[in-house]
Amino acid sequence: MDMKANKKKLGLKEKYAHMTRGLDWETTYQPMDKVFPQATFEGIKIHDWEKWEDPFRLTMDAYWKYQAEKERKLYAVLDAFAQNNGHLGITDARYLNAVKLFLTGISPLEYVAHRGFAAAGRNFPGVGPRVACLMQSIDEIRHAQTQIHALSNYNKFYEGFHAGAAHQIERIWYLSVPKSFFDDAFSAGPFEWMIAIGFSFEYVLTNLLFVPFMSGAAYNGDMATVTFGFSAQSDEARHMTLGLECIKFMLEQDPDNLPIVQKWIDKWAWRGIRVLTLVGMMMDYMLPKRVMSWKEAWEIYFEQNGGALFNDLAKYGIKVPDCITQCTVDKEHISHQAWCTFYQYAHASAFHTWLPNAEEMDWLSAKYPNTFDKYYRPRYEQWREMADKGERFYNNTLPMLCQVCQIPMVFTEPDDPTKICYRESDYQGEKYHTCSDGCKHIFDDEPEKYIQAWLPVHQIYMGNCWPEGTDPTAEGFDPMAKVLEWYHIENGKDNLDYEGSGDQANFAAWRGAATQNT
Amino acid sequence: MSTVFIAFQTNEDTRPIVESILADNPHAVLDEQPAMVKINAEGQLVIKRESIEERIGRSFDLQELQINLITLSGNIDEDDDQFTLAWKN
Amino acid sequence: MQIDLRTVAIKPLRHTFDHLVERFGDKSASRYQEGSYNIQQEHIFHYRPTWDADRVLFDKKRTKIQMKDWYALKDPRQYYYGAYTIARARQQEAAESSFEMIEDRGLAELIPAELKQIALDVLVPMRHVEWGGNMGNSYITAYGYGTVITQPCLYHAMDHLGVAQYLTRIGLVLDGPDALDAAKEAWMSGAAWQPMRHHVENLLVLDDWFEIFVAQNLVLEGLLNPMLYDYLDADFSAKGGTAISMMTRFMAEWSAETAKWIDAQIKTAAAESPENKEQLSAWVKHYRSATREALAPIAQRAFGDKADDVLADLVSEFNARCAKLGLAV
Ligand SMILES: [Fe+2]
Ligand SMILES: [Fe+2]
Repeated sequence: MDMKANKKKLGLKEKYAHMTRGLDWETTYQPMDKVFPQATFEGIKIHDWEKWEDPFRLTMDAYWKYQAEKERKLYAVLDAFAQNNGHLGITDARYLNAVKLFLTGISPLEYVAHRGFAAAGRNFPGVGPRVACLMQSIDEIRHAQTQIHALSNYNKFYEGFHAGAAHQIERIWYLSVPKSFFDDAFSAGPFEWMIAIGFSFEYVLTNLLFVPFMSGAAYNGDMATVTFGFSAQSDEARHMTLGLECIKFMLEQDPDNLPIVQKWIDKWAWRGIRVLTLVGMMMDYMLPKRVMSWKEAWEIYFEQNGGALFNDLAKYGIKVPDCITQCTVDKEHISHQAWCTFYQYAHASAFHTWLPNAEEMDWLSAKYPNTFDKYYRPRYEQWREMADKGERFYNNTLPMLCQVCQIPMVFTEPDDPTKICYRESDYQGEKYHTCSDGCKHIFDDEPEKYIQAWLPVHQIYMGNCWPEGTDPTAEGFDPMAKVLEWYHIENGKDNLDYEGSGDQANFAAWRGAATQNT
Repeated sequence: MSTVFIAFQTNEDTRPIVESILADNPHAVLDEQPAMVKINAEGQLVIKRESIEERIGRSFDLQELQINLITLSGNIDEDDDQFTLAWKN
Repeated sequence: MQIDLRTVAIKPLRHTFDHLVERFGDKSASRYQEGSYNIQQEHIFHYRPTWDADRVLFDKKRTKIQMKDWYALKDPRQYYYGAYTIARARQQEAAESSFEMIEDRGLAELIPAELKQIALDVLVPMRHVEWGGNMGNSYITAYGYGTVITQPCLYHAMDHLGVAQYLTRIGLVLDGPDALDAAKEAWMSGAAWQPMRHHVENLLVLDDWFEIFVAQNLVLEGLLNPMLYDYLDADFSAKGGTAISMMTRFMAEWSAETAKWIDAQIKTAAAESPENKEQLSAWVKHYRSATREALAPIAQRAFGDKADDVLADLVSEFNARCAKLGLAV
C-alpha cells in the first residue's frame, strides 16, 4: 500500500514541531501588540520567535502520562508514611524545624512561580517558550501542593506547621526575604521574570536549595520530604533547561539585549544568593545529621557548576556577576551570621532554635577552619554560659532590615568580619539602608521600586501588624504578643528553644512507646 | 573543559540507566549520595536508548528518564535515540 | 534495633492547617482542600506590578464580577494536580490505543473520502481555536483571583493544548503534514474561517478575566464542543467514519466533564448577587450572537443544508443550560 509506505514514523523533533509550531499565528483582526501587550516594554528585542529551540519536547499526552506516574508513586509513599507513623523514623524531631522553614518559606514561592509562569506562558509572542512556560506553571502548582500534602502529616503531630503555606509569608519578618524576591520578579515584566526565576533561581540556585537539602532529609530519615523533594526535582531539569534556553535565545536575537540581560543576571544572582542564606543556615545548623557544609555545597553547585555555565555564556559577552568576589568571602560566614540572628530572635520565629553542641561545633570548626573558631564559637560559648545560668539571651530590640533583600543588618564588611556592613542611599530626600554593595547597587538602579518594600519591622512600628480590632491603648497592651498572634505563632509552642519544647517531649514519648512495643 | 552532570534517584528503575551511562561514557565518574546517584563527566555525556533497552529487555523511551531525574547541568540535545549533555567550550 | 513504628497509636494534636480549621472545622481535610484553599497570598505585596501599576499582584479588581468569598468557586471535580494528571493519563491511554490501532491497521484509509474531507476541513483548523482557548485560560490563571478558580483554568489551558495536539494528530493520520499546512491556510485566509478567527482574536484582547471565562469557556465551548463532538460525531459514526469518532473520543469526554465544572462556576457567581447575574447574562447574550455568527460558515461546511437547524438546536440547548444556571438570557 503506497499510502502506508509514505507515512514513515515521525521522529521526536519532527513530531513535536508539528504538535506545537504553527498553532499560533500573526493576528490581523487585532494588532499583535494588543494581543501581547507585555512583549516589548522591557526593551528586549526579539526578531524571530521561530528560532526558539525547544529544550524538552513533551507533548501533552506524554506529559500527563509521565507526570501521573510520578504522582502515583509520590502519593503511595506519602500514604504509607502517614499510615506507619513515618514521622517517628526521623533522626530527631529537632530536624523538623528545617522542614517548617521549608513549608512557610519555600512552598509559597512554588505557588507564586505557578502564577508567574502562567503569565509568562500567556505573554510571550512565541509558541515554543509559551508551551514550556505553561508546563512549568503547572509543575509549580504541583510542587506547592505535594509539599503541602507531604508536610500536612507533620502538622498533625508537631508545632510550627499549622499556619500553612501562605499566611506567614505575607507577615513574618524573615519570610519577607523569600517573598520579596518573588514579588520583585513577578512585578517585573516577562523577560526579567525569566532571568530572575527561570535562569538565576532555577538554573543557578535551585540545585543548592534542593539537592543538598534533600540528601540531608534522606540522611535524617525524612522520607516524606525526600520523596516530594526529589519528585519535584525531576521537573526541575526541564525548568533549568528552559531558563538556559531562554537566556541564550535573548542573547542570540539582538546584541542590544546583552546589557539588559547582564544587568538582570547581576541583580538576580545577588538577590538569590541573599535568599539562600536561609538554606545555608539550614544545612549547617538545622540537620542533626549533616551531608555537607554550606560552603562545600556552594563550591560544588555554584563555583564549579556555575563556572561551567558562565564559561558557556562567555561567547555571548556575558560576564560573571561582580558580586561573586564578595560571595567567595561570604561563604565562610553567612550561615553562622544567620543562625546567630535566629538564636537571638527565637521568640519571634515560627520554629525552634538551639545552640550547637560540642560535637556540632567541632564539625563546624573542621568545615570552616578560617572563620568558625575565630568569630562564632566564642559567641556560642558565651550564650551557652548565659543559658546555663538561666539567662538565655534574647534580643528584644527589633533589627533594622535591608531595604532590598530585607535581611536584618547582620552581614559584615567583606574585609572586616567584625564590622557590620551598612550602605546608605538618598532618594527624594529620604535615607534608605542596605546590607551590602550588591543590595545598594540594586536599590540605586530602581529606587522607585524598592522604596515600596513592605519592611516587616517598620510595619510593626507603624502598628500594622496586629489582629483586626486590636486596641493599642488598652491597659496592659503587649505589642509583641499581638504581633505573634497576627503571625499565627503560638507563643511558647511554636517559638523559643527546642530544648524544653512540646515537640521534643512528644517525640521522646512517642518514640519511647514505639520502642517498648517491640 | 567544563563538567556536565546528571543525577537520578537511587532505585530499581535507575540502576540499569546508570549502568548503561557508565558503560557508554568511560570518562564518567560516579558519585553516590544519600538517595541520589550523580554522574559527572568532563565535556559531555551521552545516554543511549539502545544501551538501556539491552539492560531492561523492553523498549525504552528516553523521555522516561524524566521520571527519576533529579538534576543535570549542560546543554541538552535529545532525539529518539540519544540524550546528550554538553558544554561546548 | 528495628522499631515497629506502626504499633504506636498517637492522638494527633490537630487535623489540618489553621485556615482550613477556620473554614471547615478541625477535621481532616481532603487533598483538594489542602492544596487549593487560601494558598494564594491576599493582603500584602511589596511592589506594584510594572505591567499594571494601579493594582497589586493578586487583585480582586481585575474583573467586574465580585464575590464575598472567592473560594466559593470550587471545582466539583476536586482536581488538584495529582488528581487531574491521573485522570487525564487514563484518558490519554485510551486515546493513544485508538490512535495506534488506526495508524497500525490503516483504518483511516477506510473512511469515505467525503467524510475524511469534512474532518480535514472542519476539525483540523480547530487546532488554532484550541490554541486561543489555551491563551484565554492561561490569562485567567495568571490574573484571576483565588486558587479554586485559577487552578482549574490552568488545567483547562493545558487540556486545550492537548486537544489542539489531538486535532493535529488527526490531521497527520488523515493526510500527513500537508493537512496542517492546508488547515493553517484556511485559518489565515479561507473565507469560511475568517469570522471565527476574528472572534477568537477579539477574545485575545479582553482584560476582564471573568469575561474571558464566560466568552471562551461557557459560550464558545458551549456551542462549539457539542457541534463537533456531538452533532458532527453522530454524522461520522452514522456514515462509516467510526475511525474519526475514535480519534475524538477524548474531546467528547473532556467537553462533557469540563462543562460541569464551568456550570458550577457560573451558577455560583450568578447566585452571589443581582449585579453578577446581570453582568454574566449580558456577556452571554453578547458572546452568544458573536459565536453563532463565527460558527455559521463552519457549520455550513460540516452539515450543508442542515446547518441552520443544527445551529438553532445548539443555541436552544445552550439557552436551556444557561437558564438552569440562573442566567437571564
Ligand atoms: Fe518548583
Ligand atoms: Fe540586602
